[in-house]
Amino acid sequence: MSQKFTSQRVSLPLTMLFGILLIGSVVAAESDPWLRPEFAPAPPENQLTPARVHLGQLLFFDPRLSRKSTMSCASCHNPSLGWSDGLPTAVGFDMHTLARATPTIVNTSFSPIQMWDGRKSTLEDQATGPIEAAGEMNLPLPELIERLKSIPGYRSKFDAAYPGMGITAVTVARGLASFERTVLSTESPFDRWRKGDEKAVSASAKNGFELFQDKAKCAVCHMGYNFTDNGFHNIGLKTEGAPDVGRFAQRPLKSMHGAFKTPTLRDISRTAPYMRNGMYKSLMEVVEHYDRGGDDKSNLDLNMVPLSLTASEKADLVAFLESLTGVPPDIRVPALPL
Amino acid sequence: MTPRTFSAIRLTLLALVMTCAMPAFAGDQMVGQAKKAFTVGVLKAKVGDTVTFRNDDEFAHNVFSLSDAQSFDLGSYKKGETRTLKLAAPGTIEVECAIHPEMKMKIEVAK
Repeated sequence: MSQKFTSQRVSLPLTMLFGILLIGSVVAAESDPWLRPEFAPAPPENQLTPARVHLGQLLFFDPRLSRKSTMSCASCHNPSLGWSDGLPTAVGFDMHTLARATPTIVNTSFSPIQMWDGRKSTLEDQATGPIEAAGEMNLPLPELIERLKSIPGYRSKFDAAYPGMGITAVTVARGLASFERTVLSTESPFDRWRKGDEKAVSASAKNGFELFQDKAKCAVCHMGYNFTDNGFHNIGLKTEGAPDVGRFAQRPLKSMHGAFKTPTLRDISRTAPYMRNGMYKSLMEVVEHYDRGGDDKSNLDLNMVPLSLTASEKADLVAFLESLTGVPPDIRVPALPL
Repeated sequence: MTPRTFSAIRLTLLALVMTCAMPAFAGDQMVGQAKKAFTVGVLKAKVGDTVTFRNDDEFAHNVFSLSDAQSFDLGSYKKGETRTLKLAAPGTIEVECAIHPEMKMKIEVAK
């Protein structure tokens, strides 16, 4: 009796302790600022439904959204290439080379501001921009709408997604945005490590994460689960020819001259070449750029300083960056409405 | 030291302590920038007042406005540094950080 009583007295606190530890670990995982939320936010007027995502996927892969029916959104945002194009800078209408790299659309649904220069605020605002841009898909929206209305198979798709709203620039934008909200990073080795699997990443990658937050100062801009502050910085890229003013075109302020939006680092192993002009082929070249504190110091962001990283530390940073890439999901390219 | 002198010193010290303890007062107001946010959402002030912005984050911030009431660019500055704005005209000034567009606040300036 005495022994049983003692056992109960011991087991109850132990049970409570394990319970607290279990709850604590769950809460820690949910509140870990480096772990992505399960779903992307959507505005009240465009909540996700299967019909909207399906419509958006059809539109995303449909080359008839371009003037000559030769380019779809997926031509540049190619899921086989990390939702980018593998090129230094994008290729637009009539194979014309553009000035900036195609940004991946992975997790862009979490960003409150879109495009390298932030000229669009929401996915819905952004979605039709490249369609009508003369240098890109070059199809005026009124022509696009007439073209889509002439395709019988699209009518039922729009009706199912947006009952009573018809085929309009608004429903095209909302459909595309809905699909983009499903383009999310998958669980990476880094995520598994954050959730408690110590073997998910190497010791080098773990040290790289420490450097990322501390000595290398990367987290000053690449912060949080999407590894971006959604901010604008001039990181001192050495460029030739006419300078790209970047954010300055939207906000004519000295600090914004040559500043561009901080990109996500999720799935970064699949989105080379790097930087807004694609000038670096490898992650090591990127790390060395930051180690130098940038090259063009004429309007450098105040956060950019030489880092004095050792060769070993640079390798650790690259190992950490590579741990941010998950297994890509299988993407079904849909048969298009006729 | 007479009791009267002692009282005077106490009052002077009390006034000094109270002055130092006041975070902001009419005429000169302080707004922090911490955790990528302004510490004040809407600030009420008068023409002629000054507003001092202080960067409490580990990284650089900026302060600017393109409002019709008053436009300015106080530039970018590091942790611990401040920039001061003198309010020149009545109206509502929408203030932002150019580096972090999510950072916004308003100053409602009365005559």
